[in-house]
Amino acid sequence: MVGEIKPGTYFWSGNDAIAEGAIFAGCRFFAGYPITPSNEISERLSWRLPQVGGIFVQMEDEIASIATIIGASWGGLKAMTATSGPGFSLMQENIGLAVMMEVPIVIANIQRAGPSTGLPTMIGMGDVQQARWGTHGPHEIIALAPSTVQEAFDLTIKAFNLAEKFRTPVILLADEGLSHMYERVNVPDPRDVIIINRKMAKDPRNYLPYRADSDLIPPMAPVGEGFRIQSTGLTHDERGYPAINAEAQNKLIKRLIDKIQKRKHEIIDYELYRGDDAEIIVISYGSAARSAKSAVDMAREENIKAGFLKLRTIWPFPDELIYSLAKKVKAFIVAEINEGQITREVERASKGQAEVFWVGNYGGRWIYPEEILDKILEVR
Amino acid sequence: MSLLAGHPTEKYVRTDRLPHIWCPGCGMGIIFNAFASAIDQLGIDPRKIVVVSGIGCAGRASGYWAYDGFHTTHGRPIPFAMGLKLARPDLHVVVISGDGDLLAIGGNHFIHAARRNVDILVILVNNFNYGMTGGQVGPTTPEGTRTTTTPYGNYLEPPFNAVWLAAASGAVYVARWTVYHVRNLIESIKTAMQMRGFRVIEVVSTCPTDFGRRNRMPDPLDNLRYLKEHAVYKKNPDPKEAEIVWGKKFVIGEFVKIEAKETFGDRIRRIIEIAQSRIRGKS
Amino acid sequence: MSSFRKSMVEIEQERKLKLMEQKKIPIRRGKVTVIKDRCKGCGYCIDNCPSGVLVASDDTNEKGYHYPVVVEEPPFKVCIACGFCTLICPEFAIYSVPIELENENGGRD
Repeated sequence: MVGEIKPGTYFWSGNDAIAEGAIFAGCRFFAGYPITPSNEISERLSWRLPQVGGIFVQMEDEIASIATIIGASWGGLKAMTATSGPGFSLMQENIGLAVMMEVPIVIANIQRAGPSTGLPTMIGMGDVQQARWGTHGPHEIIALAPSTVQEAFDLTIKAFNLAEKFRTPVILLADEGLSHMYERVNVPDPRDVIIINRKMAKDPRNYLPYRADSDLIPPMAPVGEGFRIQSTGLTHDERGYPAINAEAQNKLIKRLIDKIQKRKHEIIDYELYRGDDAEIIVISYGSAARSAKSAVDMAREENIKAGFLKLRTIWPFPDELIYSLAKKVKAFIVAEINEGQITREVERASKGQAEVFWVGNYGGRWIYPEEILDKILEVR
Repeated sequence: MSLLAGHPTEKYVRTDRLPHIWCPGCGMGIIFNAFASAIDQLGIDPRKIVVVSGIGCAGRASGYWAYDGFHTTHGRPIPFAMGLKLARPDLHVVVISGDGDLLAIGGNHFIHAARRNVDILVILVNNFNYGMTGGQVGPTTPEGTRTTTTPYGNYLEPPFNAVWLAAASGAVYVARWTVYHVRNLIESIKTAMQMRGFRVIEVVSTCPTDFGRRNRMPDPLDNLRYLKEHAVYKKNPDPKEAEIVWGKKFVIGEFVKIEAKETFGDRIRRIIEIAQSRIRGKS
Repeated sequence: MSSFRKSMVEIEQERKLKLMEQKKIPIRRGKVTVIKDRCKGCGYCIDNCPSGVLVASDDTNEKGYHYPVVVEEPPFKVCIACGFCTLICPEFAIYSVPIELENENGGRD
């Protein structure tokens, strides 16, 4: 097909990989607003999307960007935006709209040091809790965090697949370190990769837009084909009509939460490295995970039984995994470039079965493997 | 759908939700009826018409549309509609929303969509205040009138003029009517539905419960009579004549009508054609 | 003594009826349907009917509004199916349809 990339090995930046991963996954609509360090995604897609017959638009602001991709997704296209902290903050309201309307979209947040304007060109990982709770109201969300450029490619495809499967917005939490680094990426043959598309309704008769199947997900309908779709951000019933009462609220929100929570095992993705006999496990994600892995290798050379848990899925958080590991280890050390946003999750999930420590900084630089090693030695 | 009672345009309404949420005397029902009448007279397949609305009283319109309707966040129906239209250029995408939603919080999207000539019809319902939240001052509240957040009289907020904004931003069709002038409104919607590009129809509407009540017009009839007595029809008026001053006459009519200007969708498709022909040229 | 001259009133009414007959255009008549439970009593239809045949009923609907009823006085004060009530009602609660008119000779114009 015109414009599609040939399988092979490429030398890409993280942003390149995200853009190409999106196209590979079938993304044919991008709307975004310039913000460092995500700009290379927009720039690459402005060149590449038209080649594959896709639509690239640069909108007037981030709020327009996210509203437009929700409309485009309703129109049947896999749609994406890319931004960083300040833009991500602006997008929160409409992320909630996508949650309520159950619209598949992917939002790539290339994190930089914050809060506010912060350090526009430098690494940060401080939007993790915001990805979970940034939009108001009780809700679930899916967020993935790549730590290599290959993962940036693979997890972008996974983000689209999960968005389509669960009819939900998915956040790709990358960071400035990864987005601007270059590594080799293997692009597979498309026939070897599973691409998931949204479940579509077939028959307009008796169609109710928010009547879920047994998997808790309602089939989506094509617009303009007589399905009489009603979709609103107001709490609604199965007809999509506003239902302004507590009963409807509790029924709807429960289903929106359950559709993700009850199938967490299909979403959670992690890698446990040298964990079988570990007494101390370093938990990390994103760019910090690269330092953590090195630190664990260094510790092993000094005969410390250290292991490394890389989280590729941040939300939903792997509570059960952490608890089961907590019962086996002496301590967790969470390496992250923020004040401890996942550290507190690990503490919570450990339920007192292990000590939990944080190592990192508040943004602007990488965590050195030596810093993590020092913490391991301190904790041992 | 149940409850059909023979009304000529009720098949375009979700009659299972009647009586609708709008107050006695609210112009929204008239506008909805006029929209339905226009489509009925044109014979367009209503399944191909999508109504997108924002937040506010006018924003409830999408919920009563018998076919596909989308009720988005405050100020954002226009970018949503743009995304939908670009993905599905075969559909008629109509935004129905209010003055606050489209010109205050949504003002930026309004002017950019006009600039781009996005191929959507925007029915801008102007009732001079934020009705749904109780009657606060809005971007079109005329000077001197009273609202809940201008209790000393609106001497604080000079209003926008929707016709000026739309015309200056590049809209290809800009018209203003009132809910009293239903037949003109229907003809205008028919004209607009047969055009392409960013089309805006401002409909000056009644709000007896909030704006009317606070400005000595609590009875719906007073509100409608105000429009009847103050609106002056002119044939092809210049946007310069579009000022609205409370208590004075104001002009209604078709201010701008430009045929055949490239839409944003046309430009997108042109870019795709350029990109793909370059690839084919190389292989 | 009976006079062969008619009163001014009689002359006037005869003149009017003759004008109606001479007009080859049949005066259009309409039938109004009110869906009373949709009405919210705004009064727009009543206030704007050009023939003035709509009045607020004494009865109220289930929400308590006085819906309109038709009170005609033929041959002049009748619904002429102008359609304005159909368009000005915000509630889809009233509509008029034209009734086809037969002229005096039994045919249809």
